[in-house]
Amino acid sequence: MKEVIEERIQEEPGDAPLQARKEGLPFVGMERATEIDTAGAAAVVPGRAARSRNVGDVVFGGLIRFSVILFLVVLAGVLFVLAVEAIPSIRNSGLGFLTGIVWNPTENIYGVFPAIFGTIMVGGIALLLASVVGVATAIYLVEYAPLWLREPAGFLIELLAYIPSVVYGLWGLLVMAPWLGTTVQPWLKQNLGWIPFFDGPPVGVGVMAATLILAIMLVPLIVSLSREALLVVPDSQREAMLALGATRWEVIRQAIVPYAHGGIFGAIILSLGRALGETMAVAMTIGGAFRIPKTAMDQGYTLASVIANQFGEAADPIYLSTLMNVGLVLFVVTAIINMGAFFLLRRMSRMQGARA
Amino acid sequence: MNKAQTIGKTKRLVPRSQPANQGARRVRSVLAHTLTGLCTLISVGLLVYLLGFLIVKGAGVISWEFLTSEAPATNEPGGGIAASLYGTGLIVSLSVLMGVPLGILLGIYLAEVASATSVFANIARMAVNTFTGIPSIIVGLFVYTLVVKSGGLSLGVGFSALGGGIALAIIMIPILARTAEDVLRLVPGSIREAGLALGIPFWRVTLGVVLPAARAGIITGGVLAVARVAGETAPLVLTALGNEYINWNISEPTDELTLRILKYARSPFETQHAHAYGAAFVLVMGVAIAALLLRLATRGRGIKVQ
Repeated sequence: MKEVIEERIQEEPGDAPLQARKEGLPFVGMERATEIDTAGAAAVVPGRAARSRNVGDVVFGGLIRFSVILFLVVLAGVLFVLAVEAIPSIRNSGLGFLTGIVWNPTENIYGVFPAIFGTIMVGGIALLLASVVGVATAIYLVEYAPLWLREPAGFLIELLAYIPSVVYGLWGLLVMAPWLGTTVQPWLKQNLGWIPFFDGPPVGVGVMAATLILAIMLVPLIVSLSREALLVVPDSQREAMLALGATRWEVIRQAIVPYAHGGIFGAIILSLGRALGETMAVAMTIGGAFRIPKTAMDQGYTLASVIANQFGEAADPIYLSTLMNVGLVLFVVTAIINMGAFFLLRRMSRMQGARA
Repeated sequence: MNKAQTIGKTKRLVPRSQPANQGARRVRSVLAHTLTGLCTLISVGLLVYLLGFLIVKGAGVISWEFLTSEAPATNEPGGGIAASLYGTGLIVSLSVLMGVPLGILLGIYLAEVASATSVFANIARMAVNTFTGIPSIIVGLFVYTLVVKSGGLSLGVGFSALGGGIALAIIMIPILARTAEDVLRLVPGSIREAGLALGIPFWRVTLGVVLPAARAGIITGGVLAVARVAGETAPLVLTALGNEYINWNISEPTDELTLRILKYARSPFETQHAHAYGAAFVLVMGVAIAALLLRLATRGRGIKVQ
């Protein structure tokens, strides 16, 4: 038998099954191997047969399972711990916690509505600014920019996404806010002061500074994510549109952006989570005042910055519990946004998969 | 059918106002070119300015003394950020020790083990995606309650490098898991099958064949995840607290570069502002150099993303 095989190997040197048989190894049929594809690897570990066969697989599988379960326990633990720690605050403030506008730790009155409002206002305006500038930049970098500029600009922007928020905060607090206070805000007041939104004492530190710094921080994130989405648009889309006599703008608006809109939308949703949760840079520049900001020059608070700024003063258990409660609100809101984005993006990618 | 749909769609996409409005169309195109260019100028310009600002303000502060001495008395000249440098090293090392193995294991689970249809796997996948978007200060609150605080549910360690390290590890795990998952998915299935077909157990195939094949991507992801957590501030305010002196005890309050920057940024003294710029320069250069080296090291190597 062996001789026969050897003979045949000489005849057909590329015959894998025979090669394998010759070396006395078990052979998995080629057809089956391609059929199982990557799932084949997955099928081995959880399978009972593998478990009883190899000690290493038992240990390794156990480690993997341990890491997954530990992670899920931590995630559930975060929610649980925040909820438990927030109980005294919920007892103390009830629902008034979400709607109240008075924040007075010395009298144990805590209404967090101004911070909720501030979060939405600062995050919303910053996201709007950053989306417009960021998506436009991504479009320019992918569609218009000279070739020599694309690589370095893309790398630079990705790098800037890694600059710590405290560094943005440092610049915002020491450079941008004073500049706003001495130059921009007096000018706005003088020329646009008739719009109530641009009135008020030009202090520098405040909602405007926080919004701008947040927008600056979001731009690299939006650019790099939407750039990725634009880069995968096939050239045939561009060429088809150009062949129809479209101008470059029409190509972008009617062929490229519709193709990449899922990715761009995803970039904006991810940035929304970041905008609502950004802590340090906002805490350093927003001025920290518990009131609903009436103008762009007013001071305010956001949920995340309340925790960061007031944590040091929260010696009283109720005070601390209130900050946990703020954290709970923030956690629930951002978790809902992220989960929504996750399902939405998955659905979109499936739809795109079905279309292709 | 798909083709027909595309054609139908394309027809509708033909510029509506063909020859009549030629001029307006051209104007619109030029306008769009200019406006997007302007936005690029604003964003890239601002970011270049920021980096330049940091270099100009920060590089001048750097000296041997700045890097090797402890903080000076308030508003005194001299001194440096040695306590923050050592502290960053300590806290980040602790987080790497805990976070990197768990993050990679979780990534292996998501890429190699989890099936697309299992409910548990989908919960895990959603949890990882959700967690990467959770504000880091919430992790700080969590670790504060379980590790730092005395009494209640807590271990009662107090403000410490350990608390900071745990917080950063928790932040690092999902980031790293997602990168590892993405990179592992790029490893061709045939490599796994080849290994398994030789009768090699799954764990050796994964650790000895698949993981090395994805090495470049995993190292890149790991370094970027570390860079990301090294720049965290908010969770450290709640866990590591900061320290004026060099500290090697993991159960004592420990300084970090970001904590030092935060403290000095809020100080009224120019000398401390200068130190804040210096510390920021060190932090950003660390990240930038790591990113640049990685880019050069992994260029054209490892797995190519198509």
